[in-house]
Amino acid sequence: MRELSDILYITVLGVTGVAVAAYLVYFVRQNTEVRKIARMILVASGVVQTLYILSRFFQGGHTPIISQHEAVIFFAWASTWAYLSFRWRYTVKNFGTFVSVLIFVLLLISLFSSREMPPLLPALQSAWLPVHAGVSVLAYGFLALAFCGGVMYLLQERELKSKKFGFFFSRFPSLDALDQLNNHCITAGFIFLTLGIVTGSVWARQAWGTYWQWDPKETWSLITWFLYLVQIHQRFTVGWRGKRAAVMAIVGFASVLFTLWGVTYLLGGIHSYAS
Amino acid sequence: MPAEKILLMGVNHKTTPVEVREKIALSNGYEAPLTALRGTEGLREYYLLSTCNRVEFLLVVDDREAVEDEIIRFLFGEQVDKNKCLDYLYILRGNDAVHHLFMVAASLDSMIVGEAQILGQLKEAYRHAAGLGTTGPLLNKLLHKSFSVAKRVRTETAIGSAAVSISYAAVQLAKKIFGNITEKKVLLIGAGEMAELAAEHLVGQGVKKVVVANRTLSRAVDLAKRFHGSAVSIEELVGQLEFVDIIISSTGATDIILHRDEVKSVMRARMNKPLFFIDIAVPRDLDPGLNDLENVYLYDIDDLKYVVEMNKTERDKEAVKATRIVDEETLKFERYYQSLAVAPTIQELREMIEQISRAELAKTVSKIESISAKDKQRLEKMALAIGNKIMHNPLMYLKNNSCAGRDRRDQKVSAVRELFGLGNSSENE
Repeated sequence: MRELSDILYITVLGVTGVAVAAYLVYFVRQNTEVRKIARMILVASGVVQTLYILSRFFQGGHTPIISQHEAVIFFAWASTWAYLSFRWRYTVKNFGTFVSVLIFVLLLISLFSSREMPPLLPALQSAWLPVHAGVSVLAYGFLALAFCGGVMYLLQERELKSKKFGFFFSRFPSLDALDQLNNHCITAGFIFLTLGIVTGSVWARQAWGTYWQWDPKETWSLITWFLYLVQIHQRFTVGWRGKRAAVMAIVGFASVLFTLWGVTYLLGGIHSYAS
Repeated sequence: MPAEKILLMGVNHKTTPVEVREKIALSNGYEAPLTALRGTEGLREYYLLSTCNRVEFLLVVDDREAVEDEIIRFLFGEQVDKNKCLDYLYILRGNDAVHHLFMVAASLDSMIVGEAQILGQLKEAYRHAAGLGTTGPLLNKLLHKSFSVAKRVRTETAIGSAAVSISYAAVQLAKKIFGNITEKKVLLIGAGEMAELAAEHLVGQGVKKVVVANRTLSRAVDLAKRFHGSAVSIEELVGQLEFVDIIISSTGATDIILHRDEVKSVMRARMNKPLFFIDIAVPRDLDPGLNDLENVYLYDIDDLKYVVEMNKTERDKEAVKATRIVDEETLKFERYYQSLAVAPTIQELREMIEQISRAELAKTVSKIESISAKDKQRLEKMALAIGNKIMHNPLMYLKNNSCAGRDRRDQKVSAVRELFGLGNSSENE
């Protein structure tokens, strides 16, 4: 099992790397044939990621989301499938290039953390683990898409405002498409984030007897949740959109990353994978 | 020869930023400036082209420097330093001037290369000048020639097709901002020809509705009817911004008609839905500060240039072909112009008369049954003498330089050539 898992991990890195390369070629050449190939490779990458996670599941006997390495792999996996599901409904020109780069970066980050399988703490031995962690990580996936959309929006908007049309202008989708993507992804991400916090809270009640205990990770999740809540509320009431929404998506995602890593390495607490 | 006489002076979008151009733009028609230049010393024929991208004088002069100074004063006013004006102004002489005129007419010098509007503008400018009698034989010839050059370029190259108009650029940008424009509404401010074209293009792309705002409501109503839209008065402008998405402004107003703060207040009511302003008026109608507002995009006529440059390569190939045609025609015109010189005309006239005389003589001689060589010689002498006698006065008229103290030689030459039906070899028409 261990060996199979290693092979799958290397395959994940390889396949995703090829997908990124194909997407970059498509981005430069804008050849639809290349895009089709790139997307197929990305789907393959998603499948291999799933297999890798399954292999770790069977290896450890529990949902593999308790170490730093596993969390990042899950994050990449969630981003991949969030994108592929999104792509199934909406077409946003050249979005795949940005997302595939992000996924690849996440996978590269996973290289730097230990692939050892830590023993499962007694407190985490619960059916809530896959539900809580899975939903939370799916939220991160959608919020990552919103982040990519936000970066693209800012790049595209800058070209439109300054009237200097460079490399990106013709390759990027319309501002409206990017803003809609932002809206959809943040809404989906927010719903999953809410579910993640609620399930975590219910689980905490079962495990520790209290719904909320101001653990740093909990606090930062709440801060992140409020950031997205503000954006959604403001869009709905006074029309925060466009550049402002894009900036909020980036700020929110920074908060997500901090919740994921910053908290673990800087603040510690019961969610720390290091423990 | 033409170097001394044909002069072209002007400013255009390449040499001069819109801030300067809008001060020069002669917004109140052709009549005033054309009349104002009447009687300028050393100026024989002139014509003026004024569009939002260029102001150009085409002149036939006797005294180049005096006229140059006069035109600079006329364009920039008394107070501006001449050297500074020369940064913006281009002055072309002779063949260069002819070449430039042909390039303009063929829409190769346009901001949006290949757009068709310029030829219409050129013809209209010529109509005004001809109506006021400021053009003469040379300019008439030259301008008519420029029309036919434009036509040749249009039929022999693909420069005019596809992707090459202001309207196209506007639609392209609108799609980059809104994605789908079929649910969007367009507001036309002013009823200029360019705005109309742009609106036509947008309607062709399926925009939902067109609203026309104009100072004179009846004109607005007329235009709105064409697009099955509605008309509003110019006072309702700010209120309308709440409901429309794309605004094309092209009024003849000399001042800004829509200010930043007015639009800012509207954005709240619109829930920050994007507004796309296109200002194709010179002088500009819309506050440049609009572009700083969030979710507001303002493009003036110079900005559209960048959009158009994106699909340049394809057009460049055609432009090379078109430029070759212009070069060719310039050369032909030069040859025509040279034929206007006195000496070759005299030569041609003499040859023609001699030819006619000899031809008629041969016909007559062949019919006389018995004719001595001596008689034949006499007849020949007589025929040639008649020709020469008839030609005496016309030739003197041509050779005589002074005509009320002014050099009118080329006019005389062209009159004589026309009178005697002398074709010009330079034209294959």
